[in-house]
Amino acid sequence: MSSLLWMNTLLMNIKSKTIGVKAVLSAFAIFSATPNLGIKKGVGCAWRGCRQRDRFLLLQNLHSRHPWRLAAAKPPWMGLRRSSSGIPLTLRSAKMLKLGIAAIFLSACDISQLNNPYSKKDADLAVLYSAFTERPKHLDPAISYSANEYTFLGQIYEPPFQYHYLKRPYELVPLTAMQMPEVVYLDVEGNPLPENAAEAHISFTDYLIEIKPGIRYQPHPAFAKNSDGTYRYHALSDSEIAHITALADFDQLETRELVAEDYVYQIKRLAYSKIQSPIAELMKQYIVGFDEFYEATRDVEIGELMQRKLSGVEALGKYRYKIRINGKYPQFSYWLAMPFFAPMPWEADVFYHQNGLIEKNITLDWYPIGTGPFLLAENNPNRRMVLEKNPNFRFEAYPDEGEPEDREQGLLEDAGKALPFIDKVVFTLEKETIPYWQKFLQGYYDASGIASDSFDQAVQFSGSGEVGLTRSMEEKGIQLKTSTVTAIYYMGFNMLDSLVGGLSDEARKLRQAIAIAVDYEEFISIFMNGRGEAAQGVLPPGIFGYAEGQEGLNRYVYDWVDGRPKRKSIEAARQLMVEAGYPGGIDPKTGQPLILYFDTTSSGIDDRSRLNWFRKQFRQLGIKLVIRGTDYNRFQQKMRAGNAQIYMWGWNADYPDPENFFFLLYGPNGKVQFGGENTGNYQNPEFDRIFEKMRNMDNTDERFRLIQKLQEQVRYDVPWLFGFYPKDFILYHQWYKNVKPNLMANNRLKYVRIDTAIRTEKRQQWNQPVFWPIVLVLLLLAVLIVPAVLAYRRKIRAIAH
Amino acid sequence: MIQYIIRRILYAFPLLLGVNILTFVLFFVVNSPEDMARMQLGHKHVTEQAVENWKQQRGYHLPLLWNAEASGTSKITETIFFQKSAGLFWFDFGISDSDRRNIGADIKQRMWPSLAVALPTLLLGLITNICVALLMVLFRRSYLEFGGIVLCVVLMSVSSLFYIIGGQFFIGKVLKLVPISGYDGGFQALKFIVLPIVIGVISGIGSGARWYRTLFLEEVEKDYVRTARAKGLSETQVLFRHVLKNAMIPILTGVVVVLPLLFMGSLIMESFFSIPGLGSYTIDAINSQDFAIVRSMVFLGSVLYIVGLLLTDISYTLVDPRVRLS
Repeated sequence: MSSLLWMNTLLMNIKSKTIGVKAVLSAFAIFSATPNLGIKKGVGCAWRGCRQRDRFLLLQNLHSRHPWRLAAAKPPWMGLRRSSSGIPLTLRSAKMLKLGIAAIFLSACDISQLNNPYSKKDADLAVLYSAFTERPKHLDPAISYSANEYTFLGQIYEPPFQYHYLKRPYELVPLTAMQMPEVVYLDVEGNPLPENAAEAHISFTDYLIEIKPGIRYQPHPAFAKNSDGTYRYHALSDSEIAHITALADFDQLETRELVAEDYVYQIKRLAYSKIQSPIAELMKQYIVGFDEFYEATRDVEIGELMQRKLSGVEALGKYRYKIRINGKYPQFSYWLAMPFFAPMPWEADVFYHQNGLIEKNITLDWYPIGTGPFLLAENNPNRRMVLEKNPNFRFEAYPDEGEPEDREQGLLEDAGKALPFIDKVVFTLEKETIPYWQKFLQGYYDASGIASDSFDQAVQFSGSGEVGLTRSMEEKGIQLKTSTVTAIYYMGFNMLDSLVGGLSDEARKLRQAIAIAVDYEEFISIFMNGRGEAAQGVLPPGIFGYAEGQEGLNRYVYDWVDGRPKRKSIEAARQLMVEAGYPGGIDPKTGQPLILYFDTTSSGIDDRSRLNWFRKQFRQLGIKLVIRGTDYNRFQQKMRAGNAQIYMWGWNADYPDPENFFFLLYGPNGKVQFGGENTGNYQNPEFDRIFEKMRNMDNTDERFRLIQKLQEQVRYDVPWLFGFYPKDFILYHQWYKNVKPNLMANNRLKYVRIDTAIRTEKRQQWNQPVFWPIVLVLLLLAVLIVPAVLAYRRKIRAIAH
Repeated sequence: MIQYIIRRILYAFPLLLGVNILTFVLFFVVNSPEDMARMQLGHKHVTEQAVENWKQQRGYHLPLLWNAEASGTSKITETIFFQKSAGLFWFDFGISDSDRRNIGADIKQRMWPSLAVALPTLLLGLITNICVALLMVLFRRSYLEFGGIVLCVVLMSVSSLFYIIGGQFFIGKVLKLVPISGYDGGFQALKFIVLPIVIGVISGIGSGARWYRTLFLEEVEKDYVRTARAKGLSETQVLFRHVLKNAMIPILTGVVVVLPLLFMGSLIMESFFSIPGLGSYTIDAINSQDFAIVRSMVFLGSVLYIVGLLLTDISYTLVDPRVRLS
């Protein structure tokens, strides 16, 4: 019904002759008189806009021919009831209405920047604004195993060790630990062995860790106690739970000191089958007693874990604990820098394990409880995650040493200052790249990656191939930081395949020919905007054993020309095809071009050009590449069964050690036979022998030499086309300080400093609202409608006469 | 009418059961419980034992539809289908497979942002479309009508994605009048939903106004309209007092049936504007092979659709006294 009234009014309005035009023109005059509409002017316009509307109604009513409309044409307060204050009621209500509208308008919009998506109450705080594109699924450090979740977890939970923020190559340093772990080798009877004991004699290794005293957890209801010492919220009644919708609804928050037993308890959680830690199966191989604990606690409630004993892990005092592992595994230290080994107070499990809370999604998986610099203040994975400074965070200083160039780049200016520098981090869910990018350009995100759509807008390459920013980015003071990711994307051959697999000369030469033909430099240039580095071997830069320059050249695919690697000519590849028994790519058995099969999950329309490119590369050798597009599940099944022939795969390092890459080619890790990570099922006894020798060595010259042998073996056998190491291109606004890409550290945010004064100024400058196009559109509409209205009125008059 | 409603509600049960079975079969034809486990456990260090544990803990170790090893009614009840579907009929959606969150709580939380955008878009869109259609009828056989139809066809021909990106570019980026994307609670939400609503309304004008114009034109030639004109009523009075009222039935059919589905949100709109609604909930669940969410959302969608159809029938009786439900 209201819509009908509204429609009537509209039609009545357009019956009047020139009023609409006048009103619009006068409104336009107001807007054009204020060309540089600023903060308050914007509001003024809203008010003036109201007056214009009043004037519009008044004028159109004056032109009305109907008596009831004439009555309404009087000033609205004439002849109307007055209130006790003397103000006509209608006028007062009109004012109230205007005030109401203004109040809503003001409450809904930040008047300085109408497009500001953030609340004004944080204006005085040092807030970092970031986004997440994929909602986290787990925030329990025993379960979480993905980079997007570590963005949050790394700031909240504190394992005993961390990566030095500035030093390269990556170096472990203590975090909550007093010093690096004391490592004791033991023989089969548990007797200590010297540090240089042969690996064969080492049956166990003890990691003795001492943590700093005085570290306290974030304030949390799980620690709240009654006056009699019992826990206040550990046995909530149904009526108490009924009033709880979020963790913030608990009014009593307390804390307690971090103790060694909390680290021990977390390792028990890793071994608890109901939690299902993704590293449980792996840790069974290493931590003594882990497997037994796993089996023994299958039917045990989580509340009992504290009382159960895990033989290889024990607290040796309030601040000291020991982890005993089987044999020698130096890489275990790296695991101790991952959130899996962060402390967990037993109170958390008891508190969160109440049915009423689980039903309301108040679980440990969603409400972390840590000792780190930040705590999760708002947890809405569908919209926004907010980290706030942990009020109980101890003193931790910004590092005072780094690489030589760090000082020049101002990365040591904050040396010795207390961390963290920012008060709050707001992560907003942003699924699409276009709004993310636009908001970054408006200054509402402090950093951004670069989507392919925006790449040319942001980055340009010089004639010599140097990466730089475009002028528009430079004018905004944006900084670009690039870093090669410690990951590799490769094209793998199934070594069990009768055609491309095996270590025979023919199969090897066929693979070598393909390795030459598939030009990854071109792939990176066409499909990745140059954001990658063609791989020369298994190890990406930044990992011990990576050799630069000619020393690290894959001589089976490249030649060293003019101080840089140059891919061998396609003729060399064709010669290899002849030697492999496929001259011109013809399969002698069929007399037809050799057919190879490429299994991939990327078979959508968007991937078509990429797949055609691969076909073209193989066609250079006369090979017909057949793409077998398949869904993720079938692809995985094929890989497990060894039915794929050629495939694409990638690996992102868990830790910066060559063992974490070469184990992908270790025979006993074969996917088909052992269900391991060796997806190509490569098995070479010589490679396995060297790998076994290398994997547990310290980073010595001898280890480096062995790594080069492994590289050489793999380059020769070609179980992989090494593909590329991806490069991160990240843009930071000028107010984002202490930026140094660190691909291993998860707790980077505590080092970041935001210059809020510059940010506020730039946001003001970049986000002045523009109103005139709206007025122009209204004007155009009026120009279109008015002649029709006139025509209509003429027609009505004609009918009336 | 009450009998009719009860009968329709009873009809809904076999319908929902059918939908449930269909969803179940379609889902498990494509994904096995093992696939689901592997998807949830990720790529690294996944062993057969880990897969078995995952299935055991979430109840996916049971047979799909028929447990031959069990006895009595357990042959049916000790199956994945029964265990996962029975609770749906009393709206117990259970826990999601991927992130272990309570699905019911998530739906409750996410439906409000969806509704905050969808309901105003529907109402404003309806009003706008009716107004534009009536204007075209009022100015029929004039250049305004012709121009209006051309404009409607143009508006219909443009992809909804273009409206979204164009709207974000023009209003959010160039004019800087509203945030490009985002959402907040309370009144703060207003500045975020203005743009999606405006875009939703504008993108719907083409098809909506043309459809309503057709309805009004059909009515405007009828005898009672001629009588009204003969009585001396002005054209506007004829249109608003008589034509609009009588054209309400087909309008209601289209509107009431979609009312309950407004809770389900819009995938593209919510994705681009970062509205934390239900729009992407099902798609995300399909991508992550989260059967618990898929079955819950399909079930909820079916229930809402049935409710929508029932409401449509009831609304007929309200606007047309000739219609009686029996």
